[in-house]
Amino acid sequence: MSWEAVIGLEVHVQLATNSKIFSGSATAYGAPPNTQASLIDLGSPGVLPVLNRQAVLMAVRFGLAIDAVINQRSVFARKNYFYPDLPKGYQISQYEIPIVGAGHLQINDADGNAREIRITRAHLEEDAGKSIHDEREASSGIDLNRAGTPLLEVVTEPDMRSAGEAVAVLRKLHSLVRYLDVCDGNMQEGSFRCDANVSIRRQGAEAYGTRAEIKNLNSFRFIEKAINFEIERQSEVLESGGSVVQETRLYDAARDETRPMRSKEEANDYRYFPDPDLLPVVIDDATIADIRAALPELPDAKMQRLQSSLGLSAYDAQVLTSNKATAYYFEALAAQLPGHEKLAANWVLGELTAMLNKHDLDEEHSRVSPAQLAGLLQRIVDQTISGKIAKDVFEAMWDGEGNADEIIAAKGLQQITDTSALEGVIDEVVEGNPKQLEQYRQGKQQLLGYFVGQVMKATAGKANPAEVNRLLKIRLDASP
Amino acid sequence: MTISRSELEQLATLARLQLPTTSCDELSQQLTNIIDFFDQLNAVDTATVEPMAHPLDMVQRLREDVVTESDQRDKLQRSTTFTKDGLYLVPKVIE
Repeated sequence: MSWEAVIGLEVHVQLATNSKIFSGSATAYGAPPNTQASLIDLGSPGVLPVLNRQAVLMAVRFGLAIDAVINQRSVFARKNYFYPDLPKGYQISQYEIPIVGAGHLQINDADGNAREIRITRAHLEEDAGKSIHDEREASSGIDLNRAGTPLLEVVTEPDMRSAGEAVAVLRKLHSLVRYLDVCDGNMQEGSFRCDANVSIRRQGAEAYGTRAEIKNLNSFRFIEKAINFEIERQSEVLESGGSVVQETRLYDAARDETRPMRSKEEANDYRYFPDPDLLPVVIDDATIADIRAALPELPDAKMQRLQSSLGLSAYDAQVLTSNKATAYYFEALAAQLPGHEKLAANWVLGELTAMLNKHDLDEEHSRVSPAQLAGLLQRIVDQTISGKIAKDVFEAMWDGEGNADEIIAAKGLQQITDTSALEGVIDEVVEGNPKQLEQYRQGKQQLLGYFVGQVMKATAGKANPAEVNRLLKIRLDASP
Repeated sequence: MTISRSELEQLATLARLQLPTTSCDELSQQLTNIIDFFDQLNAVDTATVEPMAHPLDMVQRLREDVVTESDQRDKLQRSTTFTKDGLYLVPKVIE
């Protein structure tokens, strides 16, 4: 009998505020150590935390986007533990009454069917600092720049049944927080981090198995690998008659394995209690209404609209809306090409994506703007150039050689629209290939393609293929 | 309810406190008395009472999201000698 995996996620979303959640220190990434750590961030005695309004509004914004209960009165609590990068000896978090209650997300499972994933809650908390371990040093170094950075911890129900589903949920969340402008989504810089709770049970069983929590997952690829490793590990343990231990495990990407974290061997006992330094947070109806009114169109709604009002395929619409940068680029482009949205979609998903991937950029940093690309695609639409030539022009535009019209003019790439000029080339090609002509006339019709190719070659691709086809047919089918 | 020796030790570990071995029995007894007092509180019917998160009947004030702190590292690090390259140094911890 086979095993079924049960996976729940805890995602730490770093909120894109300018200042920290409880102090006026900057949150910029990559500053020299401890230059963004004030007395409050250092946990100095006698200081008081003052809550950042923007962090609260962003949490509500996220809550509304996942159709969650917003707790209009929420409470901050102290989570007590000792670690050198947590100078106060407690982390300010939310426990019994988080700001965002139960909500849900929709993903597609492996068979393309919609699946609803329940979100348990999302709470505000402060990040800890960073410990830096140098093997040659006798001490660890502590950088508290990150201490106090606002986080929204999103907790899901154990609703996922495979590593693939867990990744689909994470991608959806990642896309959502970027659409909402509440997080920059930069996983390398730790702005979007994930822990996964993984257990397995016999297919069809009701009760959950004992779970392990996997930490240190900072890319979609590693998350998938770590969960798959863990499922495999637990099945081996159970099949050999052992039992899974509830523990925290660390994923080691270099070895592609998880292993127990030594410091977490003791069961956690955080002794939460309401933080006396902070009063309950109250959010009024008007604030919620304002945030709701300002929500952008969300990916699912956008995907539906691209299909229903622009006539794009489900696949195209899905890929175009899967991240904000792609969607906004496409919409800016399509707005300038009414009636040719499919052409716009093909270019964004084809040439543009290939070029961006090659240069490891996203659409926001494209060297060719939507307006510039629209200028190029207009020339395909009005048949000044062919789609094939357009690809060369696009490369030249990317390399900064000018706009589409300048490049077309400078390189003389206009299609040959003059019928007599084209007929001249066709005559030369037909006369230059008597053997093929003979075969064609004996019924080998597929040789038409050969002749079209020869004409395109002779015109350096500048002839309109449809026109070449039409004229060639007339010429070839004319009686000798 | 009695706080056992091992529970006492667990509490001390969590609180990073070193217990004087001679007074463990006394501490256990004192903590047991405190827990017993909570049992008395628990006997009160609070079904209709909303839990109090804070003694003040006020709500949290919010600050605007503006950077108001400047870099004070040099000044702040004067209160310790355990620094290097801008980092605070602590006994080695490693995962």
